[in-house]
Amino acid sequence: MSEQTSERPQVNVDAKLAIDKFNVDEANPHIVVKEDISDADFHKLMICCPAGLYKLDEDGKKSFDYAGCLECGTCRILCGKTGLEKWTFPQGTMGVEYRWG
Amino acid sequence: MAEEIEYDADVIVVGAGFAGCVAAYTLAQAGKAVLMIERGNYAGSKNMTGGRFYSHSLKKVFPNFEKEAPIERKVTHEKISLMTAESNFTVDFTSPKLGEEGQDSYTVLRGPFDQWLAEQAENAGVECIYGIRVDSLIVNDGKVQGVVAGDDELHAPIVILADGVNSLLAQQLGFLPEPSPSQMAVGAKEVIELGEDVINDRFNLAPGEGTAWLFAGDATAGRIGGGIIYTNKTSVSLGVVATLGDTPKGDVSVPQMVENLKNHPAVAPLIEGGKTIEYPGHMVPEGGYNMLPKMVGNGVLVTGDAAMLCINLGYLVRGMDFAVASGQMAAEAAIEALDAEDYSEAKLSSYKTKMENSFVMRDIKAVQKWPETMEGFGRMFSQYPSMIEKIMLSMFVVDGKTEATPLKQKLMGPVKEIGLFSILGDVRKAVKAL
Repeated sequence: MSEQTSERPQVNVDAKLAIDKFNVDEANPHIVVKEDISDADFHKLMICCPAGLYKLDEDGKKSFDYAGCLECGTCRILCGKTGLEKWTFPQGTMGVEYRWG
Repeated sequence: MAEEIEYDADVIVVGAGFAGCVAAYTLAQAGKAVLMIERGNYAGSKNMTGGRFYSHSLKKVFPNFEKEAPIERKVTHEKISLMTAESNFTVDFTSPKLGEEGQDSYTVLRGPFDQWLAEQAENAGVECIYGIRVDSLIVNDGKVQGVVAGDDELHAPIVILADGVNSLLAQQLGFLPEPSPSQMAVGAKEVIELGEDVINDRFNLAPGEGTAWLFAGDATAGRIGGGIIYTNKTSVSLGVVATLGDTPKGDVSVPQMVENLKNHPAVAPLIEGGKTIEYPGHMVPEGGYNMLPKMVGNGVLVTGDAAMLCINLGYLVRGMDFAVASGQMAAEAAIEALDAEDYSEAKLSSYKTKMENSFVMRDIKAVQKWPETMEGFGRMFSQYPSMIEKIMLSMFVVDGKTEATPLKQKLMGPVKEIGLFSILGDVRKAVKAL
């Protein structure tokens, strides 16, 4: 991490997502990440996903949870072909629901 | 085959944003039967803006919208900043001229605003269907003749795509090549509730007037993009827009950029005591003229963000005024086609002609070199903010120790670090492309 971020308050993006309204489609993930996504692709997603949904744990294990997805399409553009198995919109009525936007 | 189809409407509009609502409204006003299908539970529920929009094109559709629609504030203050981790240098321009009829712009929140737009469409006779995702288009013999949503099929001789920046439907038709990361940016912001009076006081605003503020530099950790603050009526929208080509080259995440902007010494006091009421994210098409897709086919028209109609000049960002105009022109082209009972690409191409003869294509074309130039303009986001910081500090810091130097020397020291010719080269490139 750069010097810049280590000096500054770290973002708690989960706390921000908790403010948003979601209707999570528990049975149907609308985004599926490839099992063998490359480290390079995954790094891009960790940096750019506005919801911070692409995470590495302490052992370097990759994880992704579609539940807090803001449906922006950033991951689709960055590595839809190479790193994702599936990218669609959630089914009608499901997903994020902006009250202000 | 075409003979057998029973149409459910004259036109199906996919998506209830600016482009979709305006297209649907315009068609209904002309007496056409319109179905508007939106995957969210209400119009605007999937939409986000920074943001502000320039009103000129919406006024042609709704001449009194600023009195009726839920606008936030009329922008009369424009600010642009060069920001380092600690410092901030701002150009602050205010003028009543910014708010004059015809050139006025407004901050908006898409949740409330899009619902108002959809209501106008509904009142004009549009049948609005919410909570239904259109999965694909019905294409027979190269002609678009309706949409598929789950197990349902709905038919119409013309479909208008207003399904936004991730238009999977335009892609299904092969109209839209896969956008490259450098043509796209991601935006994330917080809507921070502060109260009307607090905003007026802290931003030095008269009631009803607003600020649009862009930040280059530290807001995106030196990567290409920018920070934003827009004052709404009782809240501010604070966030960043970062290009997907450049941002992954750094190591500061987009959510961290938003957090850093909130905590910046020049920003934190402005939002002190505020309460975050939403954290939205959205993508912005920034490739300009060179990424525009095919917009017309047999029985189909592509509008708004789905047609990538957007420009980001660094100091000015536009998309919604294009969306409105494209929705209106697509509707006009559809009306002509319906009246002639000719839904062919050739007939519907009057949409293209209208667009090319309008401000939409004129303005997007005029700055077509800018997206690529901006990409090669990394210094604006990294070195220039710190150069300005050094110059300002050398001008304003008095400590009794440092030897007083002539102004020229104060200016030229930091300038030389980058190189005068590099700077002049950047200026020349920018002036040429803008």
